[in-house]
Formats: sequence, structure tokens, C-alpha cells
Amino acid sequence: MSRSLMVAGALLSLMWGSQPVLAQESGDAERGATLYQQRCGACHSLDANRVGPKHRGVYGRQPASIPDFHYSTALRKLKEPWGDETLDRWLTNPTAMAPGTAMGIRVPQAQDRADIIAYLRSPAAR
Amino acid sequence: MKALLLRAVPRRALLSDSGKVLSLAGLTALVGAGVAGPAFGQAAPGQDVQLLNAAIALEHEGIAAYTIAAGSGLLKPEVVKIGVTFRGHHERHRDELVKAVKALGGQPVAAKSDKEYATQLNVAKLKNQADVLRLALGLERGAANAYLGLIPSLGTNYHQIAGRMAGDEAFHVAVLGGALGEPIPTQGLMFGG
Ligand code: HEC
Repeated sequence: MSRSLMVAGALLSLMWGSQPVLAQESGDAERGATLYQQRCGACHSLDANRVGPKHRGVYGRQPASIPDFHYSTALRKLKEPWGDETLDRWLTNPTAMAPGTAMGIRVPQAQDRADIIAYLRSPAAR
Repeated sequence: MKALLLRAVPRRALLSDSGKVLSLAGLTALVGAGVAGPAFGQAAPGQDVQLLNAAIALEHEGIAAYTIAAGSGLLKPEVVKIGVTFRGHHERHRDELVKAVKALGGQPVAAKSDKEYATQLNVAKLKNQADVLRLALGLERGAANAYLGLIPSLGTNYHQIAGRMAGDEAFHVAVLGGALGEPIPTQGLMFGG
């Protein structure tokens, strides 16, 4: 992790401080990519099923639709495709959205969720 | 088979959260859970079993990553030694989690083969010691964050063990980050959140 990245991060967080609502709506995909590595990277990759399913193209996809991943019955019951709202609910509290799911990680900060979702929506993860 | 499994289910697992003895249906579910396959899809009843099994899967991958790294020929002998020690920490985590899942009447998720882990971690792209350390650092940082992020979803019985494991992972992050010359984070509360 380079120093310039850290400086950029610090600058960005200053900017969010002044415009929280705007940043939250759009989300910062670049910061989201770093957060994705740090918060999701123990279990997920874009292109390989690991503890959790692979994520490339997950934005807009039906839940539990990677054929060679063994999902819980809880996740297979979800009907709405993964989008801004469903992903935000999921990352806020996965076990509330799909009781019995195998994923329990919560991302409590709205800004962090928005940035991670922006990353999953971005060309880098499609 | 059923009788055997029943005997293997500890008394604690026969008590529900409120301390009441499980109904016959609950008992049947427990026995059913015992014979379920390793996939999450067929895992035991109970949210904690699911979450603890995901943590076991994470530890399995970490153990395999250190085994693969140790045998890669890319590491200096003294670095191999540290990696093997860290692997031992993850084995301890796995064992604690397996115990917890069994105590809940669940079936602990099995490990995949090292070959499968090598593919899913894309180790073919690792060319030198620094590459290996960066992979390990990423996994350890992810694991520390995962345990912390998991705590609010876990039953309170498992909060302390999850916190202790996050502590071990954070220790690993510090050592690996130091070896790679990463700057010390300037802000506190560097994991989770
Ligand atoms: C401790 C491991 C772990 C971590 C860390 C983790 N996940 Fe998951 N994730 C899982 C598992 C396991 C599943 C499958 C859940 C099931 O089948 O119930 C899953 C499923 C998902 C799904 C549904 C995918 C699909 O194909 O329907 C999404 C979306 C997701 N995770 C996003 C994330 C994001 C974003 C992060 C980081 C903030 C994250 N996860 C962190 C383990 C994890």
C-alpha cells in the first residue's frame, strides 16, 4: 500500500466529511475496491469461489445463481436481484435479510457500504 | 448410525438457548444435521453453526495457504519458520471452531484439497517472497476484519472467541506488514468498523 494511496484516502475522507449525502448516493468505487480487499477478501474473490461465491457480475444478478457454489437454503430463498438497495440491506445485516445464511459480516458504516457497492457496480467487477 | 450420533452430541447441544430441552422434532433436526454433507446448503440448523462453519472454511484456506507457501521454494528458511508457526495458530482456530460447531450439534465443514486452494488463491502468479507475503497479509487482514464484522451476527457465546481470533490475525498482519515495510497506520481502530 503506497503512501500516495493513503494520502488520497485521507483527502477523500476529508471531502466526504463536507458532502456526506452526495458521496453516499454515488459511492466511490476506487475506495470501494480497497475496502472490498480488506473486508471481503478473506472469503470472496471476483473470479473464484472460496468461502463465499465469486463476485464478478454479482451486481444485477439473481441471488444464489453461481451454479458450482453450495449456497445455504436461506440465500436461495431470496428473490430480488442484487442492486443498490438489496446489497445495502445485505451488508447492513445479512442474517436479518436471510436468516440462516452462512455470511454474517456486517458493514456498519453507510459510506463504506456505498463505496463497496459502487465497486461491485463498476466495470472492474462486472 | 443414529444412536452413535446421538451419543456424540454433547448434553449442551441438547439444550436450546433458553435452557429448555429440545423437542423430538429438534432432536431429529440435530441428528439430521449430523449426517449432512459438508456444503453450507445442507448444514445444521442454527445461525451460529452456519457462521462458525464459514469461519472454519476461512481457517481451512488460511492453513492451506501457509502450507502451499512453505512448499513454494520462494521463501527463505527463516520466513518458512514464521509461516509454519502462523499456520499452527490457524490450526488452533480451526480446532476451536470445530469444537463449537460439534457442541451445537452441527457438522463442521471439511477442507478442500491443497490443489483446489492453490487454484482459488491463484498462487501460480506468485513469483517471489514479497508476492507470497503480500498474499498472506491480504488474507490475514481480511480474516481480522471478517471476525470483527461477524461478531454482531454471532451468538454472544462466541463473541469472545471471535475477538480472540481477530487478535491473532491482527498480530499476523503486524508481523507481515512489518516484513513488507508497510508504514504503521497513523489512525487507531485500524480493523473492522
Ligand atoms: C467470513 C466469510 C465472508 C466474508 C468476509 C464476506 N462474505 Fe459474502 N458470502 C460469504 C458466504 C459463505 C456467502 C454465501 C452465503 C449463503 O449461501 O448463505 C456469501 C455471499 C455473498 C453474497 C451473495 C452472492 C450471490 O451469489 O448471491 C454477496 C453479494 C456477498 N456475499 C457480498 C459480500 C461483501 C460485499 C463482503 C465484504 C463486505 C462479503 N460478502 C464478505 C462469506 C463471506
